[in-house]
Amino acid sequence: MNDRPTLLSVERLCVDFNAGDKVTTAVKDISFEIDHGETLALVGESGSGKTVSALSILQLLPYPAASHPGGAIYFKGENLLGLPPDGLRHVRGNQISMIFQEPMTSLNPLHTIERQIAEVLSIHKGITGEKARARVIDLLTKVGIQNAEERLGSYPHQLSGGQRQRVMIAMALANEPDLLIADEPTTALDVTIQAQILELLLQLKAEFNMAMLLITHDLGIVRKMADRVCVMHQGSIVERGKTTEIFENPRNDYTKHLIGSEPKGSPPPADVTAKTILKTDDLKVWFPIKRGFLRKTVGHVKAVDGVDVDVKEGQTLGVVGESGSGKTTLGQAILRLISSEGPIVYLGERIDGYNSKQMRPLRKDLQIVFQDPYGSLSPRMSIGQIIEEGLLIQNPDISSEDRIARVSRALDEVGLDPNVRDRYPHEFSGGQRQRIAIARALVLEPKFLILDEPTSALDVSVQAQIVDLLRDLQKRHKLAYLFISHDLKVVRALANSILVLRHGKVVEQGPSQEVFANPRTDYTKALLAAAFELETTPADAVST
Amino acid sequence: MDAPTDVSVTEEIAAKGIPRPRPWVSALNKRRWQTFKANRRGYWSLWIFLILFVISLFAEFIANDKPILIEYEGRYYWPVFQAYPETDFGGIFETEADYRDPVVQELITEKGGWMLWPPIRFSYNTQNKNPPMAFPVKPTWLLSDKDCELAVEKGFHPCDANLEWNWLGTDDQGRDVIARIIYGFRISVLFGLVLTIFSTIIGVAAGAIQGYFGGWTDLLFQRFIEIWTSVPQLYLLIIVAAVIEPNFWILLGILLAFSWVALVGVVRAEFLRARNFEYVTAARALGLPNAKIIFKHLLPNAMVATLTFMPFILNGSITTLTSLDFLGFGLPPGSPSLGELLAQGKDNLQAPWLGLTAFFVIAIMLSLLIFVGEAVRDALDPRKTLT
Repeated sequence: MNDRPTLLSVERLCVDFNAGDKVTTAVKDISFEIDHGETLALVGESGSGKTVSALSILQLLPYPAASHPGGAIYFKGENLLGLPPDGLRHVRGNQISMIFQEPMTSLNPLHTIERQIAEVLSIHKGITGEKARARVIDLLTKVGIQNAEERLGSYPHQLSGGQRQRVMIAMALANEPDLLIADEPTTALDVTIQAQILELLLQLKAEFNMAMLLITHDLGIVRKMADRVCVMHQGSIVERGKTTEIFENPRNDYTKHLIGSEPKGSPPPADVTAKTILKTDDLKVWFPIKRGFLRKTVGHVKAVDGVDVDVKEGQTLGVVGESGSGKTTLGQAILRLISSEGPIVYLGERIDGYNSKQMRPLRKDLQIVFQDPYGSLSPRMSIGQIIEEGLLIQNPDISSEDRIARVSRALDEVGLDPNVRDRYPHEFSGGQRQRIAIARALVLEPKFLILDEPTSALDVSVQAQIVDLLRDLQKRHKLAYLFISHDLKVVRALANSILVLRHGKVVEQGPSQEVFANPRTDYTKALLAAAFELETTPADAVST
Repeated sequence: MDAPTDVSVTEEIAAKGIPRPRPWVSALNKRRWQTFKANRRGYWSLWIFLILFVISLFAEFIANDKPILIEYEGRYYWPVFQAYPETDFGGIFETEADYRDPVVQELITEKGGWMLWPPIRFSYNTQNKNPPMAFPVKPTWLLSDKDCELAVEKGFHPCDANLEWNWLGTDDQGRDVIARIIYGFRISVLFGLVLTIFSTIIGVAAGAIQGYFGGWTDLLFQRFIEIWTSVPQLYLLIIVAAVIEPNFWILLGILLAFSWVALVGVVRAEFLRARNFEYVTAARALGLPNAKIIFKHLLPNAMVATLTFMPFILNGSITTLTSLDFLGFGLPPGSPSLGELLAQGKDNLQAPWLGLTAFFVIAIMLSLLIFVGEAVRDALDPRKTLT
């Protein structure tokens, strides 16, 4: 093997971005090697330069805004930096291919999946017609799409997220590349599907004897998949080594911080005697399906179908389930942001019949924090304006000094400097933004807080901080939480009791220790396996 | 790809550790202004247009048949602002003094008074009473010796030192072309601006309501707009013009009734997109009323699209007015209007200065605005400013 050059070797690579006169260095002096059939993981938080490094291998950065002041990338002994476009085309999609994070947007919505896969074949191998069709069917079967032949004519929107990612993988594998770059291949997917896709990648890698460059922030995936790891921090590689060594014996402080930052701690034990803050009884959200000229209702999409919720003071009810299981709808129905059927009782008061005027005074007590810290803050308002907005509506009589004082106190409580009031959301990182969103809810001194996947858009290390913050706030203010998440690791760290949803129905319900220790249904078992072991369950307990 | 810049900004703030005062112009707008300036053609067009527009706003001080200031018997008179009867200057008529009349001028000067005239002594409706040839009069500098001989022969004003200059000639009623284009430019731009502003306000409001509420509101409103836009605008104008004489405001009203639909589509689309943003849901969860959500959270989103469209709507408005004037359904007769000058050029092909002047003024004005519009579009393009 020694006579063959290393498959890919990146030497002292630098990447700069120029915006006007300002030069931002995204990657500085990184070197790594990948040999045939090996998996290397690049790990780091967002903004650490992982994706930029991967994109520079295929020269996919926005040149000339991006530039490489130094370094070289040797692929089979040939430097890819400065290779003319013709040479690059020969490598891209053929010898090195790539799968991206977002399966929703990386497939062209206007073409059938057959056409998209066949295109790769015809460009690089000149395979067309019947031969290409046979190969496409073969590939789709390999990536685990059932009834591949019937699926050929499907458009991306007809496939689920997991299936789309499988199609992406089929496209990447079409020419049997020597190197597969997987950029956060499962981040946008549900836990159960994530486990399936990872399983598939491992199996295909062995079958094709590919090398793989895996980019991720999730250490669980790294542990399962990678042979070697490079930890990136602020554009440099701070530690490298065999996966087992890194996990058992991290030397760098940052690596230690990453490994030690999984959400931990446990909630206080469930207290049955605590006062019930909010209760629903047989809550239903049915969206009518209307057909025909007269828009007759022919059926219903049962987004939430008969759910009983009981949230107690100072306690957390965790709502878990895959995407599409009705978790978010449930949360929004409880806050009466969408209409629903069935009683919703807040402190003994039935609020399900209230109109928006009657609801307004109650909004102060019932607040929500959303998943996406980038989408939930208006980009054109300063932090102070965002946080005080609720106060202006709910407590219009208080003086402006008092209002500023309350805003400052809320910022202080979520661990931010009160002086940030005059800045705008884009100046903050994801974790800081989520703190701002929590401050916006807290400033009204709510009694009940819905947390709709508040950590899933965040890096792992930041997740842990937010979880700690939430637990601390709960203790201080005796808040009742309804915690919605698909991430069971986070739920385990916060929730006293758990409600497992599937297709809008409650599958399992009970104190969290009990559910985690002895899951009764297959669905819950599958969720747990996928979340903690990244294992798939053979039974069709979960969706694909 | 925004990750690297994002990091550096937060790092920079963290390093300084001091709260930055909220800047007067946000960083984004500063960058937009830079992009706008980077489009040299648009940037210069904006300046040229602004200069021309500001000059034309002071048209009365540039081209007028009244002096700006008169000193008469130790008192000062401002004929530009106020009408004085001839008797004030020792004349006989009680009507407003005609300062271009040599008799009135003599009345003033013989008492030791003086008059400060604008550079062009014609207003848009002043007739040249001493033309060297039949109307339309050639630009004075184009008059040949033969024209001058003919003038004497046919009993027109001879080409002597007293000949008044018409730099671009006169139209077929003896009115100075320069004066008319200065006033015409002003009225066109003002009309365009007013029409644009009003159609923007109505269009944005209509689009906002449709997009925000969606459902039946949206459906009914869209159908209404479809029917409304299929009403033939020109015929309606002709009918209205037959019943009442259109003036500036009536014309504006009729055109406004149709032009507001231009923006509805974009604004509606922006609202449909943005109303499901989480910060809008968050605002609802805070108990904000709909009107507040629309103004504070959604309207700023739609403003970028609106601003991008505005120069082009302005252009369209000016063109509409010009073409109506050209057809004779526009501003009342006698008003200074570029479209009317263009029509005169068509009717008097022997006097090419009419058509050419009108053509160049309209072409330059519209081109300048299009160049500005291009630069604005560049400046607001997130792909150019947010990379």
